[in-house]
Amino acid sequence: MDKRVEKKKLDLASRYQALTQDLQWDTSYQPTEKVFPYARYEGIRVNDWSQWQDPFKMTLDVWWRQQSEKDRRLYAVLDAFAQNNGQIGVSDARYVNAVKLVLQAFAPLKYAMHRALAHSARNLPGDAARIAAQIQATEQLRHSQLTLHAASVYNKYFNGMHAAPRWFEQAWYLAPVKSFADDIASAGPFELMVAISFGFETLLSDTLYVPFMSAAAHNGDLSTVPVGFSSQSDTTRHKQASIATVKFLLQQDALNVATVQRWVDKWFWRSFRLMPLVAMLQDYMVPKRVGSWKESWDTFVEAPIDALFEELAPYGLKKPAGWQAACAAKDHLSHQAWNAFYGYGHALAFHTWVPGHDELEWLDRKYPNSFDRWYRPRLTHYAQLEAAGKRFHNHALPMQCQVCQQPMMFTEPGDGRWIAYRETKHEAESFHFCSDQCQTIFSNEPEKYLQAQLPSHAILQGSQGEGFEDALQASIANVGVVIGRDNGEFHGSEDDTNFTQWGGGQDMKEAQL
Amino acid sequence: MSNVFIAFQANEESRPLVDAIVADNPEAQVVYSPGLVKIDAPNRLVVKRETIEEIIGRKYDLQELQINLVTLSGNLDEDDDEFVLSWKH
Amino acid sequence: MSVTAIGTYTHTSHDTPERFAAPLLYVAWDEHMMFAAPAVVPLAMHTSMAEVQSKVLPALYSAHPDFERIQWSQVQWFCGDRMFTPKPNSTLADHGFEHKSVLRFRTPGLEGLRGSCG
Repeated sequence: MDKRVEKKKLDLASRYQALTQDLQWDTSYQPTEKVFPYARYEGIRVNDWSQWQDPFKMTLDVWWRQQSEKDRRLYAVLDAFAQNNGQIGVSDARYVNAVKLVLQAFAPLKYAMHRALAHSARNLPGDAARIAAQIQATEQLRHSQLTLHAASVYNKYFNGMHAAPRWFEQAWYLAPVKSFADDIASAGPFELMVAISFGFETLLSDTLYVPFMSAAAHNGDLSTVPVGFSSQSDTTRHKQASIATVKFLLQQDALNVATVQRWVDKWFWRSFRLMPLVAMLQDYMVPKRVGSWKESWDTFVEAPIDALFEELAPYGLKKPAGWQAACAAKDHLSHQAWNAFYGYGHALAFHTWVPGHDELEWLDRKYPNSFDRWYRPRLTHYAQLEAAGKRFHNHALPMQCQVCQQPMMFTEPGDGRWIAYRETKHEAESFHFCSDQCQTIFSNEPEKYLQAQLPSHAILQGSQGEGFEDALQASIANVGVVIGRDNGEFHGSEDDTNFTQWGGGQDMKEAQL
Repeated sequence: MSNVFIAFQANEESRPLVDAIVADNPEAQVVYSPGLVKIDAPNRLVVKRETIEEIIGRKYDLQELQINLVTLSGNLDEDDDEFVLSWKH
Repeated sequence: MSVTAIGTYTHTSHDTPERFAAPLLYVAWDEHMMFAAPAVVPLAMHTSMAEVQSKVLPALYSAHPDFERIQWSQVQWFCGDRMFTPKPNSTLADHGFEHKSVLRFRTPGLEGLRGSCG
């Protein structure tokens, strides 16, 4: 009788050591500076890479298996959704516009993050950090692909999804996201780890990939829900690795502290300036609502990030410079964003609408300090105009912030009355910003941001096309958006009439949780 | 004192994880929203391999929990036996 | 140069005045955020304030119910943050406007749809 011998396995910590840090070697026939040419120019000093460790201790052997398993399950759901006409099971066809916006803005952003992280994956001198960056880079590509696959079912039945990559590059309202992508593309390997994994993913990504995905579930979107949740399980590892990276950089050299602080300030704010899209997804674009943007902010940003920065304080790091302003915006952000997008609804690649009565009541309940005072009167007015056949269209080209490239639609922090204006004269030219934080970002790297091609300016410099309502609309028609079919008022659109004909939709009683 | 939290996709596989966490963390609070189960705990939350194994009746590798994990908050300390989230302050 | 770069870093502004048919003026009606953001308007700086009031502003803002109620003698005018009083027969340039200046005006007592600044 053979005795079964238990094969000795390395424990988690030892396996991680063996498969990451122990792979490190000092170059001998080429100088290190030549092998890692981007390691020093950002001014970051690292003395001992062996101190860097991924808290999840993820090694490639485990990673392959896990990711395969996650993908198998996910694609089974996507297949089932497609085979079973899941697209007519969503709450109502307005919901699909949320999918469109995620496809147009965030799938390409994830793709850009993948490209940027590939740069870190090659150029960070520490082996354990490089392996983590390789994993992260691959996962950002995964997230981009998953979103494309989830949206592809909808693309067969609804409008506004057929040229998203092109719109990312050239549609005026996606310029804030594109400019974020371009900014990380031009950052060095250390900055972009802080920018992507800490700035966007740790500080803010939960708002898009957790409560919004719960809302997707509530609206019957079986396709997107597992994509979002499964993506965020990857992102959880990125977040932990980024916190480890920030602590590591702060500890490696006191001279790193000022640089890391500047990056944290910049990338928190650049990430926050993408949140108008997320906020309006949650408050306006999901017909059945699970919770407000404000509640998501409290649960997934304000409380946990407060705790995180208390944890990081002994290392010399302070809360991001824009923290107070961002928290003060929670009563206003989604409403200001939807107000702007509604007015420019003739020049987007998705539909807009005024929320129905129950939805307006929900918004008032969730925003007792701001909704009735500042925002309901506008929506009521728009509904009246629409009922009279005179839907409101804002025909002016919007002024954009030089740094974040959002329309200058944000009010002073915590206020609902005055649009915030900031101005800097640089080498005799005036530049304008939406906030103190964008102005500071400019002042730290003016040569970078003075090169921005702001959409409204670019439109004025090009030929503006004829037969359109205005230059903004002409600019999106120019990149393959079909006016009136892919955009404009939702009610009466082809999406709307098709969905009704197909017998789509859910019982909307108890729709607002 | 601040909360830590962990959230999973709400499905049959994550149920024993939630049960184990509630058993090992008396102050934990469980919150459900469509598709998602989130567990908050003041300052510290531990997921123990042994407790999960007792519930599911087979050997369990703690790294498996990542299949259904969605997000978490807190400092992570992980070995083969325990997955611990905590704030040091 | 403040940008951290590994080599030579060139930088050109895309918004210098010669790139546009006319200098750019940013225009906004404070407390009327139905127009969500200021407008970008190419406009010669020798345009008279009278023409701004009679042609440019109506084209931008007459859709708003408050517009026909504006009492022009009560309007407050701003060049950036600086309040100014338009002189008769004056031009934008006379009041310090140039390429990429911001013109804002306020209509005391008219604060948007039901006073919501919308």
